Amino acid sequence: MGNLNIPVYLDYSATTPVDERVAKAMMDCLTVQGNFGNPASRSHVFGWKAEDAVTEARANVAKLIGANPKEIVWTSGATEADNLAIKGAAHFNASKGKHIITVKTEHKAVLDTCRQLEREGFEVTYLDPEDNGLLDITKLADAIREDTTLVSVMHVNNEIGVIQDIAAIGALTRSKKILFHVDAAQSPGKVAIDVEAMNVDLMSLCAHKAYGPKGIGALYVRRKPRVRIEAQIHGGGHERGMRSGTLATHQIVGMGECFRLAHEEMEEENKRIEKMRDRLWDGLKDMEEVYLNGDLEQRIPGNMNISFNFVEGESLMMSLKDIAVSSGSACTSDSLEPSYVLRALGRNDELAHSSLRFTLGRFSTMEEVDFTVKEVRKAVEHLRNLSPLWDMHKDGIDLDTVQWAAH
Amino acid sequence: MAYSDKVIDHYENPRNVGKLDADNANVGTGMVGAPACGDVMRLQIQVDANGVIEDAKFKTYGCGSAIASSSLVTEMVKGKTLDEAAAIKNMEIVEELALPPVKIHCSVLAEDAIAAAIADIRQKQGKAESAA
Repeated sequence: MGNLNIPVYLDYSATTPVDERVAKAMMDCLTVQGNFGNPASRSHVFGWKAEDAVTEARANVAKLIGANPKEIVWTSGATEADNLAIKGAAHFNASKGKHIITVKTEHKAVLDTCRQLEREGFEVTYLDPEDNGLLDITKLADAIREDTTLVSVMHVNNEIGVIQDIAAIGALTRSKKILFHVDAAQSPGKVAIDVEAMNVDLMSLCAHKAYGPKGIGALYVRRKPRVRIEAQIHGGGHERGMRSGTLATHQIVGMGECFRLAHEEMEEENKRIEKMRDRLWDGLKDMEEVYLNGDLEQRIPGNMNISFNFVEGESLMMSLKDIAVSSGSACTSDSLEPSYVLRALGRNDELAHSSLRFTLGRFSTMEEVDFTVKEVRKAVEHLRNLSPLWDMHKDGIDLDTVQWAAH
Repeated sequence: MAYSDKVIDHYENPRNVGKLDADNANVGTGMVGAPACGDVMRLQIQVDANGVIEDAKFKTYGCGSAIASSSLVTEMVKGKTLDEAAAIKNMEIVEELALPPVKIHCSVLAEDAIAAAIADIRQKQGKAESAA
């Protein structure tokens, strides 16, 4: 059973392990024998060498998304990139208008940034996605106003893995001369990105979902036509004044290397992951009252988000103690609310509570998938035997007609 | 989140899972919670001629702590009179299972389930007495 590593890691959308090749490149940028210099040091070879490494990394990141290296601004991660893009663009264009459009299924880094702008006097429209998680472009077109300055839509959803039609949105925003920001934290290595063809103006990226390190990300900022944003972090004027702070050479090199590998290997890797994903779904979909959340076709290969009706997600995860997955159940969050993403799809609270997210990646194996199928089936059966809701369902009682004592 | 050994024990080996005949005059059924909140407990108790709880069964939809709380409660109520069972407080469950603060609502729900089951059996018995 060499290919079954217990506990099985199926939470690649939370984070990925750093690829050994990436870790090696990073380690070469730390010690006295390595490339440890400050890339901003212009007066000696240590600085020049570090700057060369950063330049190479910048080129690798730009290449994966079809950008010019000069359009890449390093940040601490996608959250900071989202903040810089949305606050930076909103503030810079505040004299033109103070209306922003986004979607209810965005990551909190976008939603909470928008909430902050609302507190500052901006107006934000939060669009509902369709039941499959995808945005209806006509609804976006209808929401655009004279004073709209920015549209922010994520590329790949972190919970359900659906891929928005970024090119169609970009064509619309470009024709209306509105800036378009894309949170693409989950995209690199999973789905092709071309900021030119997609007419994207700002794009948030990070390394740690693509076999790179945590703590490093980037914001793509378009140069032609020039997109201007207000800096959020001030200091030494690094990154053309858009993001000050000494560049973390080892982190940047790690991100460059993992994006380079993604560019080289993604096609083959995605085929392999999709086969495992299909095997997982084939192994589970014949069970009763099992629902796939999000569109199956417009979806990254590694994501399966499934609701097991009449079973609560946290207890399901407790049964799956040898498998690392995540759940949309309220019990796994601090908010005591079930997944806002699943609710935005029109899933009822019960199905949101009953959901598990399986995300596969580079080091997943078929043996792990087969083990997971077996364990999940066993756990769901165990918990349904304990579930009064399952009893009632089996007795033909429609749970929507029951008067519950909500607490 | 790390669970206590007792929660894990009750979760993996739940006691008294099942269903009693809800129409039986000696059986009280308490169903509390709501699917939308992520917790539903069904607790049933059966009393003997002396009014002592001789059997208890549960089924619970909810997190591991909710399942463990209801499993524990079935053990706690057996052999008690209805008055004794009604005196069980949620903090006894919290202490026994070492529930963390975010899971205290599970123990409250279990206490509510006991109260609901007792109310049901008393209502049935009240009817039986007034009919007699």
